[in-house]
Amino acid sequence: MYFDDPGFWRAGAISTIAVMSIVLIMLTIDSLAAITPGGSNVPPYTVVNRHVYYKFVAERGIDVPVIGGPEPLFGKPLDDAAATALINQGKMVIQSRACIDCHTFFGNGAYYAPDLTKAWLDPDWEGWQAVTGADTREGAMVKFLMDPEQYRTWTRTMPNLGITEPEAQAVVAYLKWMAAVDTNGFPPNFNRTEKK
Amino acid sequence: MYRSQTLALKYFTAAITLFGIMTLAGLVSSYYYINPDFLFGILPFNIAKILHINTLVLWLLMGFMGSIYWFLPGELGRETAGIRVAEILFYVFCAAVAVVALVFIFVQYGGSNEAALWFINQGRKYVEPPRWAALGIVVIMVVFAYNVIGTAIAARKTTGIITVLMIDLIPLILLYLIAFPAISNMSADLFWWWWLVHLWVEATWEVLIGCIMALALMQLLGTSRRIVEAWLYIEVALVLGTGILGLGHHYFWIGTPNYWLTIGGFFSALEPLPLLGMVVHAVYDAGAHHMKTTNRPALYWMMAEAFGNFIGAGVWGFMITLPQINLYAHGTQWTVSHGHFAFWGAYACGIISVLYLVLQRTRNLAVVDSQLWKWSFAALNLGLVLMTGALLVAGFVQAFVERAIGGSTLNAFITAQENPWFVEAMVTRFLLGIIFAAGYVVLVWDFLTLGRRAPVFVATSVAE
Repeated sequence: MYFDDPGFWRAGAISTIAVMSIVLIMLTIDSLAAITPGGSNVPPYTVVNRHVYYKFVAERGIDVPVIGGPEPLFGKPLDDAAATALINQGKMVIQSRACIDCHTFFGNGAYYAPDLTKAWLDPDWEGWQAVTGADTREGAMVKFLMDPEQYRTWTRTMPNLGITEPEAQAVVAYLKWMAAVDTNGFPPNFNRTEKK
Repeated sequence: MYRSQTLALKYFTAAITLFGIMTLAGLVSSYYYINPDFLFGILPFNIAKILHINTLVLWLLMGFMGSIYWFLPGELGRETAGIRVAEILFYVFCAAVAVVALVFIFVQYGGSNEAALWFINQGRKYVEPPRWAALGIVVIMVVFAYNVIGTAIAARKTTGIITVLMIDLIPLILLYLIAFPAISNMSADLFWWWWLVHLWVEATWEVLIGCIMALALMQLLGTSRRIVEAWLYIEVALVLGTGILGLGHHYFWIGTPNYWLTIGGFFSALEPLPLLGMVVHAVYDAGAHHMKTTNRPALYWMMAEAFGNFIGAGVWGFMITLPQINLYAHGTQWTVSHGHFAFWGAYACGIISVLYLVLQRTRNLAVVDSQLWKWSFAALNLGLVLMTGALLVAGFVQAFVERAIGGSTLNAFITAQENPWFVEAMVTRFLLGIIFAAGYVVLVWDFLTLGRRAPVFVATSVAE
C-alpha cells in the first residue's frame, strides 16, 4: 500500500511545497509592482501635494481614495525628492516611537489606540482645529502630536513621545500618503460617516 | 546525560522564566484597559505590550531549541556537534535578552534616526528588539542549525524527522532576515513583514513543533517511527500546502491587489485541515494505548496541544479569515482572541508536554502523576480559553459598533471602547489573566518539586 509508505507522503510534501512556493513567488513579483509608490495601488509620495478624498465606486462595491487637485501640505509644494525625504522621516518617527504597538496601520499592530489607515481623512480633525487653535487640519495634527498630554482625547491619553515639529510634520505627511493607498475598502464604512 | 541535554535544561529554565515575564507583562498590558492612568508617564502601554509579545516569541523559541537539544543526541546516537559554542551562546543569549528588556523599560525611545533602530527599538511588531539583538538571534539560530546539521554529518546518519528539521531551519533563518530593513513604504514593509510573521508562525514553526511532537510521541507512547514519520510528512504537506498561500489572508487590506481576497480566503480556509489531522492522530494514538501512560501530564498537555492548535489556530482563525468577515474583525480584539488561543494551543502546550517528559527522565521517575499538575492544567487552560471568550465578546463589539455602525473613525473607536460590553469583557479578561497567572505559579511549583514531594511517585531508574 502506497499510503503506508512514508516515502509516498514525503514525495507529496515536497511537490506540494514546490508548487505553492512557485505560485507565491509569481504573485509576490506582481504584488510588489502594484504596491510600489506610483504603482496601481499605492500613490507616489508627491500625493502629499494633492487633495485626497474618498469616493464610493459601485463596480467594486467599496470606497476608494481619490487623488484630486492641488492641496500642498503646510502650503508648500514638494518635489519628488523632498516628498520622499519627508515620508522616509515620517516612517522613521513611526518606528522609533513604536507607534504600531498602540495603534494599527492597515489594521496591523496593537489595539489600544485607533487605527491610523485613514486618520488623515477623519472628520474629527475639524473639531481639533478649534481645540488646538490651528488654521488647518495638518496644523491641528502637528500640535496634537507634539503635546498629546495637553490635548487629552478621552480616558486613554497618548503619552508625550518627545516628537519635534519637523518630526510631527513628517508623520502628518505619512498619514496623508497612507490615506491615499487603495486598501480594498478597509476600514469599512469610513466614507459613509464622513458624509454624515 | 549528554552535554546537549544539560544545555536543554538551561534553555527550558530560561524559557519558563520568560513565560512568567510574558504573563506578568500581559497582566500589566490588560490592566491599562481598565485603568489607563496606571503607570502613566512611567511605562507606556506599548512598552508593556512589546515585553509581552517578545517574551512570548523568545520563550517559545527557547522551548523549541531546548526540545531539540534534548532529543537530538538520542535520535542520532551521539553528542551534539559544536556543543561548546552552543553552551557559550546560551549565556550570551540570556544576557542579550536582559539588556534589551532593560533598554525597553528604561530608555523606551530614541530619535527618528538609524541609531535608534540599531540600539533602542526597531518599532516593528514582534521584531521590536534593536538590530544588534536581532543580529545576535541570527547568529544563535545559525549555530543552532550547525548543531543539528553538524551532528547528522558527524553521526553519518539522519532520520526522517531530523531531515525535515534540518530543511525547516533554512527558511526559519532566512525569513528572520526580514527583521532588519526599515522600508518607508508601509505596504511593502508589511508585505515582507508578513513573510516573516506568517511563514514563521503558520509554517516553519508549525513544522518545527511537528518534529518535536513526533519525537515526544515516540517516547511518550512508543508510537512506531514509521507511523510518526508518515504523519509528519502529511502534516508538512498540508501545513505548507495551505499555509504558503494562506499568507494571502494578511494581504487583504495593506494595499495589495484584490486577487489576494480570493486566494487568501480560499487557502486560509483550508488551513485548519492539518490541525484537524493532528487531533485525529493524537486521539487515535491515545485511544490505541487506552490513555495508558507513565506520564499523564505529558499526555494531557499533548492532547491540549492537538485540540488547542485545531480550535485556537484553526477554528478561531477560520472565523476571521474570510475577507467578508475580516473586513470588520481585522485589527480588533477578535484578532487578539485568535492570537492568544492559537499561540497557546499550537506551541505553548507542546513545550509544556515536552518538559514533563524531560523531568521524568532527569528525576528518574517511573510514573508521573499528581494533583498539582491537574490544578495547573485546569487553571492555565480555563484561564486562557475563557480569556479568549472575553476577548471575542470585545471583538464583536468593535466589529459592530466601531466598524459596521460607526464607520471606523476615531470617534467610533472610542464609542466601541466605552461600550459596556467591551468594558466588562476587558475586566473579565484581566480577572481570567490572574487565574492563568495562578496556573503558571502552580506549574512552576510542580516542575520544581516533581518527584521531590511526598511519596506520590515511585522513583526508579528509567532505562534509556
